Amino acid sequence: MTALRRTLNLARPDDVYNAIVDAHKGLTDEQCRDFDARLILLLANHIGDEAVIREALKEAAAR
Amino acid sequence: MSSYEYHHYPYSRPSELDGKATRRPVVIVGAGMAGPTLALELAARGVPTVVLDEDDTVSVGSRSICQAKHSLEVWDRFGISQRMVEKGITWEQGEVYLRDRPVWRFNLQPEPGHKFPAFVNLQQYYVEEFLYERCLAEPAIEMRFRNRVVGVTPQPGHVAVEVETPDGRYTLEAQWLVACDGVRSPVRHMLGLPFEGETFHDQFLIADIRLLDELPKERRFWFYPPFHPTNSVLLHRQADNVLRVDFQLGRDADAEEERKTENIDRRLRLLFGPEARWEHEWNSVYTFACRMMQRFVHGRVIFAGDAAHVVSPFGARGGNGAIADVDNLAWKLALVVAGEAPEALLDSYCSERRMAARENILNSTRSTDFITPKFPASRAFRDATLTLAPDFPFARALINSGRLSVPTVQPDSPLDTPDRDSDWIGGPGPGRAMVDAPVGNGWLIDRLGRDFSLLTFGKDDVGLVPPGATAVAIAGNGLAWQRYDSRPGTTYLIRPDRYVAARWRTYDPAVVRLALDRAQGRDLGRSHR
Repeated sequence: MTALRRTLNLARPDDVYNAIVDAHKGLTDEQCRDFDARLILLLANHIGDEAVIREALKEAAAR
Repeated sequence: MSSYEYHHYPYSRPSELDGKATRRPVVIVGAGMAGPTLALELAARGVPTVVLDEDDTVSVGSRSICQAKHSLEVWDRFGISQRMVEKGITWEQGEVYLRDRPVWRFNLQPEPGHKFPAFVNLQQYYVEEFLYERCLAEPAIEMRFRNRVVGVTPQPGHVAVEVETPDGRYTLEAQWLVACDGVRSPVRHMLGLPFEGETFHDQFLIADIRLLDELPKERRFWFYPPFHPTNSVLLHRQADNVLRVDFQLGRDADAEEERKTENIDRRLRLLFGPEARWEHEWNSVYTFACRMMQRFVHGRVIFAGDAAHVVSPFGARGGNGAIADVDNLAWKLALVVAGEAPEALLDSYCSERRMAARENILNSTRSTDFITPKFPASRAFRDATLTLAPDFPFARALINSGRLSVPTVQPDSPLDTPDRDSDWIGGPGPGRAMVDAPVGNGWLIDRLGRDFSLLTFGKDDVGLVPPGATAVAIAGNGLAWQRYDSRPGTTYLIRPDRYVAARWRTYDPAVVRLALDRAQGRDLGRSHR
């Protein structure tokens, strides 16, 4: 079982971070929520590992 | 308003009113779909029953319309399923729309080679009519219409059932009382037993109409259609050119107002267009709940179907779950009544069917949450799923407009013998329903015995078969071999309710006998009721 990665896994972290933020630019709160829902579903399916997804849910909720 | 002609079944004065009190092995309360099915199953095993029903006709309104494959397989034993298939509408395809765009098309039974289709849509009143006909022709079943149960008193060794008739009251003594008396179960109320769970507040309008034009055959489900943009709509065809239209109305709808013909017509006009013509059959505004009793067996009173557990309609798990209940119960109760198994065998009815009810409630609650999201983020994920579905196949699999009833898995039952051989890569293991397959010129389900069946592959003569089991030898190398992950020597022990009790790679009569004893509860010891 793969554990949720805690160390950096992106070659160009600033680019990815800003791409995510920029994608939300100009959206209303409601549009942001809808956008994030689509994004989360796309990424969750791509990750495909239920244990990793559940761990991410837990860690995100714990903070 | 209905095109169905309701027949009134005859009431006759019960002999108990003239002082002939008798004790009956099994008394069934309620002549819906479950009660008469149980009566027929018990009659087939030599157990006579009395079925008490408060009125004298079948279900008013179409109610449970999707009859699943496994229910048809049960009713086939009484020779009425072919009639249901002929009268009803066979459907396997369904379509889901987002606004005016189809986003997903599904096929419930993608593989051929089953005697019955995944679903036949047939109004509950027809199902009950066909069942009543068989019950009335069965000498071991006494159908007592206009017999309302007004009192239930557990006694040592029996249950005293007080019954009201047009000619007065009488008392019936039941060794076992089975309450198949529906979601509002009077028997459950009389015994003061809790029925806990979750209530949902969204209101739905069912309009059953006869559309006087071409009808769609498949199930259609719309989210936010142009003709009902704030909510969902389900379209489902039934026998006699009747169409069920189910409009989600939301929480704040005025049920009385919505049920007015002119308001229903206004909604239908938007859906079907200016040219369409229809006649009204039946309508209903409903909300629903998911609830379950803590135990389905209370002393000598047993609960089945909606009386024991109730789910939302999404997934067709109410009526079909009820039939699975009585199919699980009938053979056990017959063994107990005959003194061939300990009463503790009935506890396995409770544990197995509670597990099934939990699975049904989980599935139907998830469907409900998808169709009627309870909070904004839930709605956002639902809408995201629908928006992604046209381009992303994974998202289509997440669309949950009802996970349609298939036999539930009943793992870890004390009646089943776990797999000992470790090389199974397929086939139904213990706790799973058997699957049909073509065998010779017919079907596997037609080859099975009424009691236990011993399915052997590639063995013409199994030799010694333990008493209580019918041997079914499967030759050749057809689909059945694949569906049962078989090799020469593979053996399955199938219960009377057509669940797998045990399976082996080789046939050993002594091992089979142990599994058979276990499956009949002989390991459970005598209970102290």
